[in-house]
Amino acid sequence: MGSIWEYANPVKFIRTSEIVLPWVSILATVTLIAGLVWGFFFTPDDYRQGSTVKIIYLHVPAALMAINVWFMMLVTSLVWLIRRHHVSALAAKAAAPVGIIMTLIALVTGAIWGQPMWGTWWAWDPRLTSFLILFLFYLGYIALWEAIDNPDTAADLTAVLCIVGSVFAVLSRYAVNFWNQGLHQGASLSLDKKENVADVFSTPLYVCIAGFVLLFIALVFLRTRTEIHKRRTKALLARERLG
Amino acid sequence: MMPDLGKYGDTVLSAYAVSIVLLVIMVALSIRASRKARAELQKIEGRRNG
Repeated sequence: MGSIWEYANPVKFIRTSEIVLPWVSILATVTLIAGLVWGFFFTPDDYRQGSTVKIIYLHVPAALMAINVWFMMLVTSLVWLIRRHHVSALAAKAAAPVGIIMTLIALVTGAIWGQPMWGTWWAWDPRLTSFLILFLFYLGYIALWEAIDNPDTAADLTAVLCIVGSVFAVLSRYAVNFWNQGLHQGASLSLDKKENVADVFSTPLYVCIAGFVLLFIALVFLRTRTEIHKRRTKALLARERLG
Repeated sequence: MMPDLGKYGDTVLSAYAVSIVLLVIMVALSIRASRKARAELQKIEGRRNG
C-alpha cells in the first residue's frame, strides 16, 4: 500500500476518483434515500414535538456536515500551507460550496422547526448565531477564491481564512456547552445514553448521517477532479498563448 | 402511504422540500461543471495532439 501523499499527484487522484466515484455515488444515493424514507415514513411522532421531529433527519446531518466540512477544509488547507500540494488546496476549494449548502440547510430547517416549537424563526442564541457566522465565513471563503487570479496566492489567503474561521466552527459545535443559555437544545446524539434521543429516532438518524457523509465524499471527489481539469486547461491555454 | 403529519404538515413538508431542492441543485451543478471542465480539457488536448 502506497503513501497517502501519492494522492497529491493530480494524475493519481483522477485515476483513483474514476474508480471510487461511481461506487461512492451509488452508496450515497441508496443510503440517503433509505435514511430519509425511513425517517419520514416509518418513525413515530414525538410526544412533545409531534411530527416536526421528522425534521431531525435533515437538520442534524446537515449541521454536522456544516461543521465537519470546515474541519476537512482546515486539514487540507494546513497540508497546502505546510507541504504545498495543489490537490489539497483544490480539495478545500471544492468542499466549500458543499459546506455552505449544508450550513444553509441547517439554518433553514432550524428556522422552520423553530417557528412552531419556540414561537420564532430566529433568535440570537449562541448556537444559531455562531452558525450564521460560519455561513458568512463560507461565503467569504468562496468569494476570496473567486477574487484572486493567482491560484497559489488564493490558496494561501483562503487557507489563513480557514484557520481563522475554525474558531467559529468550534463555537458552532460547542456553543451550547460554553454558554448555558439560549433556545437551542444540547446534542441530539451523545455517547451518554441518557442524553441521546430514543433508538426509534436515532437509528434512522445514523443512516441519514452516513448518507450525508457519503454524499459529501462523492461531491468532493467530483468537484476536486473538476478543479484539477480546470487548472490543467488554464495551464495548457497559457502555454498555447506563449507559443 | 403518506404519514399523518397532523397540524405540522406544512412545516415538515416545507423543510423536506427546501432541503431536497438544495441538495439536488448542488449535485446537478457539480455534475454540469464536471462535464464542462472535462469537455474543455479534452478539446484543448485534442487540438494539441491533433
